[in-house]
Amino acid sequence: MAARVLLNSVQRLIVGKAFVTRNFSSETRTVTLIPGDGIGPEISESVKTIFAAAQAPIAWEPVDVTPVKGPDGLFAIPQKAIDSVHKNKIGLKGPLATPIGKGHRSLNLALRKEFNLYANVRPCKSIEGYKTPYDDVDIVTIRENTEGEYSGIEHVIVQGVVQSIKLITKEASIRVAEFAFDYAKSNQRSTVTAVHKANIMRMSDGLFLRCCRHVAEKNTDIKFNEIYLDTVCLNMVQDPTQFDVLVMPNLYGDILSDLCAGLIGGLGVTPSGNIGADGAAIFESVHGTAPDIAGEDKANPTALLLSAIMMLRHMGFGDYACRIEKACFDTIREGNVLTGDLGGKSTCSEFTNEICRKVEAT
Amino acid sequence: MVIINTYLQMVSKPQQFDVMVMPNLYGNIIGNLGAGLIGGPGIVSGMNLGDQFAIFETGTRNSGRSIQGKNIANPAAMLLASSQMLDHLGLKDHGKLIRESVKKVISEEKIHTPDLGGQATTLQVVQAIVKDIKEKTQQCLCLYILGYRSN
Repeated sequence: MAARVLLNSVQRLIVGKAFVTRNFSSETRTVTLIPGDGIGPEISESVKTIFAAAQAPIAWEPVDVTPVKGPDGLFAIPQKAIDSVHKNKIGLKGPLATPIGKGHRSLNLALRKEFNLYANVRPCKSIEGYKTPYDDVDIVTIRENTEGEYSGIEHVIVQGVVQSIKLITKEASIRVAEFAFDYAKSNQRSTVTAVHKANIMRMSDGLFLRCCRHVAEKNTDIKFNEIYLDTVCLNMVQDPTQFDVLVMPNLYGDILSDLCAGLIGGLGVTPSGNIGADGAAIFESVHGTAPDIAGEDKANPTALLLSAIMMLRHMGFGDYACRIEKACFDTIREGNVLTGDLGGKSTCSEFTNEICRKVEAT
Repeated sequence: MVIINTYLQMVSKPQQFDVMVMPNLYGNIIGNLGAGLIGGPGIVSGMNLGDQFAIFETGTRNSGRSIQGKNIANPAAMLLASSQMLDHLGLKDHGKLIRESVKKVISEEKIHTPDLGGQATTLQVVQAIVKDIKEKTQQCLCLYILGYRSN
């Protein structure tokens, strides 16, 4: 026990702040699973089935994050779910529906605050076999997820005049910039681009940009450049291949990550990961709960599966990640067994089984 | 529609949108996105309207410093902005004349500057537009004279 604690500490020191837990044995790691609502449970089952077929060393600990009423009358995530993620550090989450009503806060926001998830990572890569008007897209958006335009600080000045505060701190900006460069290094990416509007928002975006420049100076093996947000949007739809890793404050990240998802085919095929400050990370599909097709075996599990593959890589299980990813992409490329949203007629189960078949064959 | 999904929709199915109104920052983004979707900053015009004043300019406000002085800038954006200005001033026939010539040179004759994938110079594009306008105005003049004489 003491030896493992020491080993983990040494791993952290060696690899640095944005550490990836390397697994030198085939020890099973427990991951918190939040199936979610709507199609969440069935796509979570798909992922579990595929992981079992690949014999991935992951044990699942499902938890329910349906809010419970606290003594203060406000609804909050159940303590059991919180404890599970704190213990396991890694979570996989399906889509959540925020209940509408008094006392309900956004569940996604609650999770973000609880585990201090400061960086949202979305790799957007063109999928062979799922044609979009844009080819060869291979962009990763890294979005600062704790402050910026979404700090929630708003007030009424006078009737009809409202002010919203965009909060940018040196600490959060440096933290996300460091993550971006570490991510680029760990994933063999060549360039990090800071997206900003410091020409207009001189103090807030200016601070963000200076922090990125400061981190870039310490990481000279990765190329760094800067671009205005509007120029990114203009250029992105004309030639998305010119972009690699993009790092940016909250609102711009929200917009660009969805834009990039649109380039490769939408939220149904886009993975997402949220990195926390103390080693916690929650990977999730970012599409909706699709209540109209829930329970009908029609859902496409690709987004959640790709997020789970991101999770495997984050945990140091690169080999399993590659095998499962290849099986998934081969299935889509071959085009014989596709769910409805991908242009096919197969069920979720058939799609899942086809991926399992391919994984077992490797 | 919630602005965030809009970006995703704009790159996958922009045809669903018509007139879009939004606050400042979102407008900057959507405006550039829209320009990129249809060919870039060289062909999109913009206007700024106030209670008393109006200023017409290229839509994305790119200064194009990297191609300054090289005779390869696309004049279409500025010409389309100026035809919007003529419309605004009540000179709709003149505005229409210039706008249609610009569109003809770009869409039909396909005389393109490098930003549109062509090899033409700024001057060549302008000369083609002027030629088309002259032909149309001469036609108008002939028709006018004929109409006058027949009266």
